Amino acid sequence: MNWHRYASPANFKRLSDRLMPWTAGGAAVFLAIGVWTGLFASPADYQQGETVRIMYVHVPAAWMSMFVYANLAVAGAAALVWRHPLAEVAGRAIAPVGAAFTFLCLVTGSLWGKPMWGTWWVWDARLTSVLILFFVYLAYMALNSAFDEPERGARASAVLALVGAINLPIIKFSVDWWNTLHQPASITRLDAPAVDPSMLVPLFAMAVGFTFFFLAVALVRIRAELLERRLEALRHARVAGSTIVERA
Amino acid sequence: MDSNPTAGLKGRALACRRGGRTVFQALDLRATPGDLLVLRGANGAGKSSLLRVLAGLLAPAAGTLDWDGEAIGEDPAAHRARLAFIAHTDALKPTLTLAEHLHFHAALRGASGTNVAAALDAFGLAALADTPARFLSQGQRRRAALARLLAAPAPLWLLDEPTNGLDAPSVDALARAVARHRAAGGVVVAATHLEFAGASARTLTLGAA
Amino acid sequence: MNAALALVVRDLRLALRTPAETLTILAFFVIAATLFAFGIGPEPQALARVATGIVWVVALLACLISLDRLFQSEADDGSLDQLVLAPASLELLVLAKCLAQWLTTALPLIVVSPIVATMLQLPAQGYATLLLTLLLGTPSLSLFGAIGAALSVGARKGGALLALIVLPLYIPVLIFAVAAVEAQIAGLSPRPHLFLLAGFGVFALTITPFAAAAALRQASE
Repeated sequence: MNWHRYASPANFKRLSDRLMPWTAGGAAVFLAIGVWTGLFASPADYQQGETVRIMYVHVPAAWMSMFVYANLAVAGAAALVWRHPLAEVAGRAIAPVGAAFTFLCLVTGSLWGKPMWGTWWVWDARLTSVLILFFVYLAYMALNSAFDEPERGARASAVLALVGAINLPIIKFSVDWWNTLHQPASITRLDAPAVDPSMLVPLFAMAVGFTFFFLAVALVRIRAELLERRLEALRHARVAGSTIVERA
Repeated sequence: MDSNPTAGLKGRALACRRGGRTVFQALDLRATPGDLLVLRGANGAGKSSLLRVLAGLLAPAAGTLDWDGEAIGEDPAAHRARLAFIAHTDALKPTLTLAEHLHFHAALRGASGTNVAAALDAFGLAALADTPARFLSQGQRRRAALARLLAAPAPLWLLDEPTNGLDAPSVDALARAVARHRAAGGVVVAATHLEFAGASARTLTLGAA
Repeated sequence: MNAALALVVRDLRLALRTPAETLTILAFFVIAATLFAFGIGPEPQALARVATGIVWVVALLACLISLDRLFQSEADDGSLDQLVLAPASLELLVLAKCLAQWLTTALPLIVVSPIVATMLQLPAQGYATLLLTLLLGTPSLSLFGAIGAALSVGARKGGALLALIVLPLYIPVLIFAVAAVEAQIAGLSPRPHLFLLAGFGVFALTITPFAAAAALRQASE
């Protein structure tokens, strides 16, 4: 039960105060490097032209969508096994961030697809899998907020995060299976094109920048969630206090 | 059995948190074989929560809970097997008859079902054995729920407002069942506003702190 | 084991006493499939091309609708407490609930499915495989649906939430099942798809009891 100690708002606030400059600063620096090198200091692709630069947002966003989900599953396991309140709060705090990265990946994929395929949406195996991941995020967030008691929502969505973590590879496999059945293998996949070393720098910088950005946003959101829970507890205490007054 | 100082139910420094608030804390309780422990307290004082903690449905936020000196968390299946829990809901399906309900309950708890007729009789429901639950009155439904206690015997009874909706003769029937259970060495923990006739009960008042 | 058997018998009895529930699901199955004909047009070739997919999607939705009350009805009247407190393992009782749900919903759907397939002009060589995929695939729907039903017990927004949770998990079943029937119609072997479908069923059988039982324990705290 001394887990509560680490999850106490004061302790977490101290920890996040110390980490915040590093995560926010790291995000600013790496995203700046990524944007500069991505837009100006890297060549256009000989096949795709300037549109290849969408990749510098699309591919890191795809990585982040999976990375955040992995975090969600770990937080879910921690919430269920140790009943760690911070893990419960963390899941609720980071899920919308992961969903936002997933949505960004879908939008950039669509923007990239228009010049490549001439249409905004293609049932490409990867893009379809990302879409399903987005649905799972939506289900997680809906379940998390579907109960009057926040603990119940946190623990139910933790189970869903784990069930999703086990299922997502299978869903991905089935979507690949479906895709190969219905499309000839010759069609161009939404793959990263043959990567020139000069493209690796912006790609890597954006990925690191996104990760720092995620950490910074997660810290802020977890802190806000903890404050909200504290507020809720104070409200409960006030309600309980008023009954004592009435009885006296 | 009485000589065993650890026999029965023993809770120490129990605390319960729900929805971010502390329902109760630092609660000690003791119920040895033959005891009736009556829980009292205002609405929201945590009587139902305490019963759910005692049933093992809700993990206490702090404290220990033992039966015969062994923590109930050590063997949750054994604890489930030794308790009968009557919540404030009656757990009746509209289309099933009372006999079907009790036979199902006995099978669910691994009992034979030979006690079903006697259980119905003890609560004056023998004539209604083949009546679907949707035809029953509030009091009859409550008696049907209570008949579960006798259909599948268990040493520990946990009763949440068992007398809700019962008329005086039915309360007497419950009091007789509780007395017999206690005489046989059973333990009863009940959240109730009413006194059971002739019960030398211990009382635990929640929310008094 | 007797406890699980008693639970199956009880649920079958409940379903038999209120047959309207099963009949409503069957009516939904047929009506929803009919809507596709209106949406696509009556040309036999157009319908035949999508018949397998429609039968499966509609069966999946019908199954989903029936799952809404699977555990919520137990929670509403207090029976869930008695199930969770039974000495028998809750995991086993979850499987009993799934079996009863499958028998009272999926099995009638399978029986009716050839009629719907006929209306949708399914090519004759596809019928046997369609029935086989339904037999192999619908248990996974019941099992994964039970996870969603257990997670959404007591939730404020029942049905839509259940769909959001469960439908992504149903995707592999849909893909493998439709692929098997279409392979058969195209004169190819449906075996790899059928094996995958069966494998997914075994997978569903292994994770459902634990996930759903954990969710039910949370619901009865």
